[in-house]
Order: sequence, then structure tokens, then C-alpha cells
Amino acid sequence: MIAKLLSSLQKVWTVLRKPSVHYSLGFLTLGGFVAGVIFWGGFNTALEATNQEAFCISCHEMENNVYEELKTTIHFTNRSGVRATCPDCHVPHNWTDKIARKMQASKEVWGKIFGTINTRDKFEAKRRELAEHEWTRLKANDSLECRNCHNFDYMDFTRQSPRAANMHSTSLASGEKTCIDCHKGIAHHLPDMKGVEGF
Amino acid sequence: MKTVKLVTLAAMVSLTVGVTFTAQSASVPDEKIATLRETPLNVEPTPPAMQKVRNTDIKEVRNYPMQPPVIPHKIDGYQIDLKVNKCMSCHARKRTGDSQAPMVSVTHYMDRENNFLAELSPRRYFCTQCHVPQLDAKLLVENDFVDMDHLINADTNTNNKH
Repeated sequence: MIAKLLSSLQKVWTVLRKPSVHYSLGFLTLGGFVAGVIFWGGFNTALEATNQEAFCISCHEMENNVYEELKTTIHFTNRSGVRATCPDCHVPHNWTDKIARKMQASKEVWGKIFGTINTRDKFEAKRRELAEHEWTRLKANDSLECRNCHNFDYMDFTRQSPRAANMHSTSLASGEKTCIDCHKGIAHHLPDMKGVEGF
Repeated sequence: MKTVKLVTLAAMVSLTVGVTFTAQSASVPDEKIATLRETPLNVEPTPPAMQKVRNTDIKEVRNYPMQPPVIPHKIDGYQIDLKVNKCMSCHARKRTGDSQAPMVSVTHYMDRENNFLAELSPRRYFCTQCHVPQLDAKLLVENDFVDMDHLINADTNTNNKH
């Protein structure tokens, strides 16, 4: 039985070692190309499937806490009906950065399996830590996910309130501050802000 | 048999009463209803359009010295709870340098025995209990408030005449 298995494995190994001896070059090239398309397409489709709001809120941790909070904000419902979904703000749009973030997200799978935030109390206890991760990320990439929609170059200060225009034309324009420095808690509730700069 | 008759009677009575009430509520003219609701209780009125908040960022004059200043900007989604007070991220003493917003009055740092505290007094913590944004809304009831300066001036004028 084992000898039979070993001999068949041996056969497979000889084919794999020198495939061009067993198959034509044309078959290998075309086959490789087709397999490449299928795998690459499959990978990206799976990646995109996990980049949907429906996927995010399929876990009750997200649906009952952060998604409920988002619902009351201007990023969910507003006069023109443009809305931001979870990945618009929380997943980088650029491919390499997206992959990096998705690898980090394996920690979130761990958290889901072991129920790190599976009750409201546990979530509230961790809110500050989780919020700080996002603040750090957005601070480091100069609020890239905000800027994907809110482009500074096209901001019309005359359409902003004097208070907003004043801040945007000074601190933001000079690059001294980035969006997240002032706009914390715009889409979800804030944690206890003791010791956070600006509070 | 008797119970069936009784039940039928009761049903008929309640039906008649019900019909009378419906007829009455429909017959009451709107202007006779002395409430701000202006529709019979069994009718759900269409809510009026929401008014825009004045977002001028220009201080409004107080109508009397002790009036809590009104908020001249939008406060949509400002979180004021045990965890955080969003208003204080601009109006706290330490934040006014960056924000150029007026500092909350020093009375807000005092307890009711007039002792000064390092932090906002808990009894003053919930800003919107006294301070509110303003709408560009039409007055529902005419306001006959007279500024005290106006009264004082009128008083001196009449005194001068005598």
C-alpha cells in the first residue's frame, strides 16, 4: 500500500522536476498563463469579498457596536446620499498597503475566534486601545483614507464656516496638522479621552 | 343563550360609543384645539421641515447679563458624556490658544461653595443644559421681551422731563 503510494509520488516528482520532458513547451506556457489568470483573479475576488461592508458587519462585534454608531453620523446619511462604507476609511485603497493591512487583520481573526470583544463591556474596555490603533495609522499616512475623498486642493474655503476655513487654511495647509488630529470620533463614539492631545 | 345576547349587546354599545367618538374627533375644527399639536390626538401630523442651525461663528449679543451665551455654530454629533466632552476640546482653558475660542467662564470651574477646581465642575459639565445653538426659525409666539438697557433709558428720559 505504502510502496504503491510512494511509487505514484515518485512519478509526480519526476514530472514536476522536468515538466518540459513530459509536456510540450506550448502546453506549459499556455497552461501556466491560464492557471495564473485563474489564481490571480480568484485571489483578488476573495480579497474584494472581504473588503465589503456586508463582510465587516457579518460579525456582531462590528454590527452592534461600530456600525450602529456610524449610522447616526454624516458619513452614513446626508443630503446628497454619498456614503462611506467601512473599508473606505479602514482599508488602504492602494494595493500593496491593502495587502499589508489585510495581513495585520489576521489579528482580528484571532480576536474573533477567542471573543476578545464579543460583549459590549469587553468592547468598551478595549475602545481606547482600538481607537488609538486607528489614530496612529491615520496619523502615519497623513490621513490618506480621509483624503481619498476630501482632497485639500479642491477645498473651497469660502464655502466653509469661518472657524473651519481658519483652521484648514493654516494648520492643515502648512502640513503641521492632519485630518485625524482634529477630527477624531467623527464616525464612531470616542473613548475616554484623558491625556489625548487636543482634549 | 343569555350570555351570547349579553355579549352582542356589549359589542353593539361599544361600537356605538366608538363611532360617536370618531365622529366627534373629526368634527372638532383645528383652530379649536388649544394645543401646539394642532391635530386631533388620533392623527399623526406631518412634522415640520427641520430648521438650519445658524453657523456664523460670530458671537451673539446676550439679552441680559446672566444669559448663558448661545452657541454660534453647529454642534452636530458633539459627544458630551462621561468619557469625553467635545465642547471642551476648544473651550477649555488650555485649548483656547489653539482654537481661539472663548474660554468657558471661570464660574464653570467653581463648585457651589465657590471653591475653584482644577477641572470643570460636574454641575457645569453638560454644556447643552444651558448653551444652545440657534435656528433661523420663524417665531411661533411673538416675543415681547424688552432689554433692561431700553427700560433704564426710558426711565431716565421720563425722569429728565419732570
